[in-house]
Amino acid sequence: MRLTQGQFSFLPDLTDEQISKQVQYALDHNWPISIEYTDDPHPRNSYWEMHGLPMFDVKDAVAIMGEIRKAISEHPNSYVKVNAYDARLGRQTTAMSFIVGRPPEEPGFRLDRTTGEDRQIKYSLHSYATDKPVGERYR
Amino acid sequence: MENAPGGAAATEAPAVLDLDAAYRDSQVGDVLAKLDRELVGLAPVKNRIREIAHLLLIDKLRKQVGLAAEPPPLHMSFTGRPGTGKTTVAMRMAEILHKLGYVRKGQLVTATRDDLVGQYIGHTAPKTKEVLKRAMGGVLFIDEAYYLYKPENERDYGGEAIEILLQVMENQREDLVVIFAGYKDRMDTFFSSNPGLSSRVANHIDFPDYSAVELISIADLMLGKLNYVLTPAAEVALAEYVELRMQQPQFSNARSIRNAIDRARLRQATRLFERGGTVTAEDLKTIDESDIRRSRVFTSGTA
Repeated sequence: MRLTQGQFSFLPDLTDEQISKQVQYALDHNWPISIEYTDDPHPRNSYWEMHGLPMFDVKDAVAIMGEIRKAISEHPNSYVKVNAYDARLGRQTTAMSFIVGRPPEEPGFRLDRTTGEDRQIKYSLHSYATDKPVGERYR
Repeated sequence: MENAPGGAAATEAPAVLDLDAAYRDSQVGDVLAKLDRELVGLAPVKNRIREIAHLLLIDKLRKQVGLAAEPPPLHMSFTGRPGTGKTTVAMRMAEILHKLGYVRKGQLVTATRDDLVGQYIGHTAPKTKEVLKRAMGGVLFIDEAYYLYKPENERDYGGEAIEILLQVMENQREDLVVIFAGYKDRMDTFFSSNPGLSSRVANHIDFPDYSAVELISIADLMLGKLNYVLTPAAEVALAEYVELRMQQPQFSNARSIRNAIDRARLRQATRLFERGGTVTAEDLKTIDESDIRRSRVFTSGTA
């Protein structure tokens, strides 16, 4: 099951050229780019690991593209995403965020139904990948 | 440049390109004129910059008619004594390269050894790469570049920084232009001990020292910008001052002149204060003879 998240989640995976143009768009607005990765695919997982520090003062997408390629090759079995942060007062939030790298195989999720008191049913999402410990998923 | 307007025309009609129009469109003329206006003297430097600009423009036109060759080598070395305008010229160079489309963004990132070389093993590469990242799409200006290489210390990490620079200079020529700057003699040793580097730096430009006359017109230019005027006697004093200052050690051309003007402003302010009473606008903008004559250059002979 192909995981989607953030901007462009409705589109097929972006090509390098498309990523580069998106990154340049962010840089042209003075939004510093950061790269993050994780192998916990749960949609509520907002704690991704940082790949290096956010890249400030960069003007050209080429520099970021090199870093993105490095992040993907260093974490081939993780999801890698690119964030652009708008630091302007009044916004101060992530302006762009999209997935640029994903593991070769994504096993997907299982829906658990638990019957509780008064026959109430509770639902929970369980990712098959998280059956294994961190670092050994998606191999 | 496939989508350049000239590209389509070149394939259809026999190519006749308007050189003047291309020159005008690129706005390089404006930058060159600005260079002429802002910098006094430096005729050989200006000529070289003009030559490089012309070569780049012609190369761009050649590309449009399909005569594409390798992109011209753009890495440069600016040698000259301090205060001869290397940084200013580098800034204009970045502008020219940007206008001609040889760098995408045209920002000038200045770096010295401190910014590139780390203090312990494994510290250098990330530091150098960080600076290179900021310079991508623009010009990286490495001031006092000879400090990068310290032959007397074999455990110095400068060599590592040079390695990384070399790699990027070679592989990412369209992303980044590197300009090395420093004193002539020390840069010569630097290049001769790093043959890989010197073969990748195509343009060596030497910045001559300013003559006394040029220094005085620089001073006039600076004073004009700051809205000050010299009395005729002060002008004579300034001419004498420049002559004397030039013979002193640690004379750094335009920078020394700038400092001299700053000190003259200081003395003018003190003079007005000591006099007290009322001042006119005329008083506020006039630097008189005593403001310059009281410099230590006249009395002690040392700076």
